[in-house]
Amino acid sequence: MTALPDAAEPAVQAAGPAEETPSSRGMLRYALSKAGGALFSIAMVVIGTFFVFRLLPGDPVRNLAQGRNMTPEQLDLERHRLGLDQSLINQFFDFVGDTLRLDLGTSYEYKRPVLDLIGERLGPTLLLAGTGLVIAVSLGLWQGIHAGWRHGSRFDRFSTGTSLVLWSVPTFWLGLLLMMVFGVGIGPIPGLLPFRGSESIDAPDGFAYVLDVAAHMVLPCLTLVAVVYAQYLLVMRSSLLEEVSQDYITVARAKGLRDDDVRRRHAVPNALLPTVTLVFMRIGFVVGGAVTVETIFTWPGLGQLFYEAVSVPDFTLMQGTFLLITVSVIVMNTLADVVYHMIDPRVRSA
Amino acid sequence: MTGVVMARRRLAVSRFWADFRKQRAGVAGLVVLLVAVVLALVAPLFIGEGVTSVVSGTGPKWAAPSLDYPFGTDESGRSILLMVWWGSRTSLLIGFLAALLSIVIGMVVGITAGHFRGWIGATLMRVTDWFLVLPSLVTAMVLAAILGGSTFTIIAAIGVTTWPTTARLIRAQTLAVESRPYIERSKALGAGHWHVTTRHVLPNVAPLLLASATLEVASAIVTESTLAFLGVSSNKTSWGTMLRGSYDWGAPTQGAWWYILIPGLAILAVVMAFMLAGRALEAVLNPRLRRAS
Repeated sequence: MTALPDAAEPAVQAAGPAEETPSSRGMLRYALSKAGGALFSIAMVVIGTFFVFRLLPGDPVRNLAQGRNMTPEQLDLERHRLGLDQSLINQFFDFVGDTLRLDLGTSYEYKRPVLDLIGERLGPTLLLAGTGLVIAVSLGLWQGIHAGWRHGSRFDRFSTGTSLVLWSVPTFWLGLLLMMVFGVGIGPIPGLLPFRGSESIDAPDGFAYVLDVAAHMVLPCLTLVAVVYAQYLLVMRSSLLEEVSQDYITVARAKGLRDDDVRRRHAVPNALLPTVTLVFMRIGFVVGGAVTVETIFTWPGLGQLFYEAVSVPDFTLMQGTFLLITVSVIVMNTLADVVYHMIDPRVRSA
Repeated sequence: MTGVVMARRRLAVSRFWADFRKQRAGVAGLVVLLVAVVLALVAPLFIGEGVTSVVSGTGPKWAAPSLDYPFGTDESGRSILLMVWWGSRTSLLIGFLAALLSIVIGMVVGITAGHFRGWIGATLMRVTDWFLVLPSLVTAMVLAAILGGSTFTIIAAIGVTTWPTTARLIRAQTLAVESRPYIERSKALGAGHWHVTTRHVLPNVAPLLLASATLEVASAIVTESTLAFLGVSSNKTSWGTMLRGSYDWGAPTQGAWWYILIPGLAILAVVMAFMLAGRALEAVLNPRLRRAS
């Protein structure tokens, strides 16, 4: 709370030091209960995944055989390999045990353990989605702050308008347009940027390699940022609008502080917290965006692996990637929740 | 009694309309979406399923926009204009039905969780939060891939993954409504759970439901097109499957900008229209928002 030396939240500040120990114990209890909730959610995901992949109509093996020439013996062999000839209870316990041991099965398409495949694809996804998220958050928050602070201004109308358009645009369509204009080139504009994969076939070494990957990342990253940052902007803007009409802002102004100081030191810190949490709460949205973007630009990440699994269809691979994606989203959500609770006294007292 | 009620309702509707009319963007959105819906409904009077058939493409392949083919043709000589027109039927149908499904689930869960505040409400909210965290696009893809692609499956996959936001909204509103004195009066007069929820809570949350349904249609149309683009779709022509086709046939590298631009613009126009109308509804119905913006 060092950013808010005076006006804001005097009651909480005054009560702060006296409650030091009970509040930190409450903190721990809160974190533990959240962690418990997350474990429960993860357990539900594992159970849900098992039943969705086994009980829903559509025999996985027959779906697999679609469009392929397979004899009944081969189908039976495939059923045995997947453990489908055992009772449901046995299958369930096998599945839970395997999942706990991180044995996600063997991919039908690649004939390799799913976990290895995921391991290979994790890096590129983290690189792309991480870079995209950092840019989207900084850009969205910055623009949201400025739009909200001067709401009704031309900048505000422009920002809100653009973000509404970007929000309505399907990610993949924006990707296709960017690919056509900047990747392939249109009319007099030549294709400037690579749009397939994450590196050139004859990738150079050293620093040139970094540049090569960076060049390949521009278009996918741009697409991801454009679609994701719009909602950060809108959330930040409305969060700041809530603060602008508060009394402590009037006090800060009455003290004669410069407009910039009122914004930076009083309004923004208070508006920032709910926004940042929302950013991480909606991480699932980024994941969806990453799947689409990786598919279009054939970026060799987890999203593309999941897409391949769905389109083959390779059910073991699909199940493994789905589990991993869902569990990481749950974990990140819980972390955001706990961190928010830790840094924002307003939620604690509520 | 009913006469009084009718008169009051009519007054409320006319006041609402007067407020809504002031939201210019909302009115524009409403006009666009009405035009889109009417065009989709009358399409069978002018064209038929035939415009989407690969063998009946009448024009040259990859023709740029011309007088005969105002929006050009695709890889097998089909008119993009007619396909977008016919495809609007699938896109809008899935958008509306998926939103309806999502809203109905959200409404039932939301009102139940808000009305029964004990363990039923707590359990329902846990389930809601659980669904809220699941990455919806990824889950919808899994569901659609397992259930096999049919129009019904896609609707179910979108509906089942998008209801939690509505449920939370409706629960909050239900809690607010149920804390008012007239609910207590009604209960004192012997009203049961069914009477309170359907006669008092439902009419009060209905306007909010309408606003969130409008926004829901917008996101359902985007989700449908995304699912179709990612290869899990009903096999009917929609804007999403057209864009999938353009990608598969290499329209970006062929320079066939019309094949990509037109279906996407159709999505953008309709989704924006729903968004603007929905936001205007929200602004009219939620005075707190009206003050802020």
